[in-house]
Amino acid sequence: MMKHILSVFSLCCLALGCAAATPAIAGETIKMSTTTSTQDSGLLDYLLPKFTADTGITVQVIAKGTGAALRDGMDGNVDVVFVHDTAREVKFVEEGYGTKRYAVMHNDFVLVGPASDPAGVKNLKKIDDALKAIASKKAPFISRGDDSGTHAKELALWKEAGVPLEKTTQNIMKGGKPAQVIFEAPKGEWYMSIGQGMGKTLMMAEEKKAYTLADRGTFVQQRFGKNPPTTLEILAENDGPLLNPYGVIPVNPKKFPHVQFNAAEKFAQWLVSEAGQEHIAAYTLQGKQLFFPDAMPKK
Amino acid sequence: MDSLLLDSLASALLMLVQGESHVWGIIFLSLRCTLFACVAACIMGIPLALSLSQARFRGRQGVILVLNSLQALPTVVVGLFLYILIGSQGPLGSLGLLYTPTAITLGQTVLILPLVTMLCLAAVNRLDTKYRYAALTLGATEWQARVAVMREARFALMAALCAAFGRGIAEVGVSMMLGGNIKGFTRTMTTAMALEYDKGEFALALALGLVLLLTSFLLNAILHMFQRRMEQTA
Repeated sequence: MMKHILSVFSLCCLALGCAAATPAIAGETIKMSTTTSTQDSGLLDYLLPKFTADTGITVQVIAKGTGAALRDGMDGNVDVVFVHDTAREVKFVEEGYGTKRYAVMHNDFVLVGPASDPAGVKNLKKIDDALKAIASKKAPFISRGDDSGTHAKELALWKEAGVPLEKTTQNIMKGGKPAQVIFEAPKGEWYMSIGQGMGKTLMMAEEKKAYTLADRGTFVQQRFGKNPPTTLEILAENDGPLLNPYGVIPVNPKKFPHVQFNAAEKFAQWLVSEAGQEHIAAYTLQGKQLFFPDAMPKK
Repeated sequence: MDSLLLDSLASALLMLVQGESHVWGIIFLSLRCTLFACVAACIMGIPLALSLSQARFRGRQGVILVLNSLQALPTVVVGLFLYILIGSQGPLGSLGLLYTPTAITLGQTVLILPLVTMLCLAAVNRLDTKYRYAALTLGATEWQARVAVMREARFALMAALCAAFGRGIAEVGVSMMLGGNIKGFTRTMTTAMALEYDKGEFALALALGLVLLLTSFLLNAILHMFQRRMEQTA
């Protein structure tokens, strides 16, 4: 009997504890879907408290790949999206899901790989040549493969480098009509598509002694902010095609009347304001500037 | 939202009917990894359960308590633990197991071993101890007595196998962390689903979910038939 009372009592305690753990939030709150890179690099932890101090608006962040973040916007699940795939962002606005795309900032991608550099890409300078060398030597390459902005950029780079891509199509139904989900990738066992975030992808590249394309922020974090640091090294960088622009888009209230458009618009405006832009430029990780403002008002 | 459900159902049918090789590849890999894990867990778990049911030693209750708690072991913990063990920097790193189907099997074995052991223990404990003693007095060796006990508990053991298979095939943490979700190599049904969700392809994710359910249903149906037949012959 005592046993029963005890277990019921402890279960009640558990339930109470869970209820008490639900946080209460005061003031206006908006939800934002963004990419893992803004979250993992620590930029949002730095920017959002400053935005809240300026406006009293709290931003709840949901970090995903760009594809999923835009999908959240298209389903009206969030008030604003902050992503990096310009082509899809423009389409998002054109299709009426967002009101306007504000160009906020850019960072850049780096090609990283093992120090032994089996494909010999280190002195090639151009990303096109580096990718061609990797493909022709069939050196292991790990791809995000998750439809993220980084994945989209990687595919664009393969295309520019003239490496043939193989298309896999999956027939599905959408809105009752046949549709296709298309997946493109270079052919061969050397190319591993893993469908995971940037941090995981770097860890796996290190493990498999493979090349991968990474945003500089996540790489700097793993190289200088992690113990033990990753053994991967930057083998190609600072080439035009590697630039990576970010945009912020409030979700269209005409499509989803329930979204907090005013607060979302305030957030977008704040990001491209002088104050927001200066904060972005001031953010460093391990002493390195990661994001470069694109909307700094001209003086 | 109901249109999404219809889409997923239709997509699942398309997937199976058109028999695209990569979908079947994913299904077979999932089945293979989990079946091997079930076999391995049974090979270790059943003797462990038999020993636990007979042995009387100090701390036996403690062992049972620990095994019971381990049934609630989060997949992420198993994944992390084995990652450290078999990662290239880990003590077993030289085997090169990380990010292979073997790693998934290994992880799922660790995951379901406590479940198999505890369910077997419960099954054996429910039996009258007379079975064991009868077998022993009839001249059976210790091992023969154990086999006799297991034969008596076979239905419950089968149920334990089903439960273990269910937990293994449905888990995503171990497959993701130890398998690495490499397309065409270690991508299982659950990691494929997690990926399609991350990509925002909900219809495809749900369709894969339906395929997973269907697969489990078929497997359970086969086991069920097997069990019925055994009951009839018993």
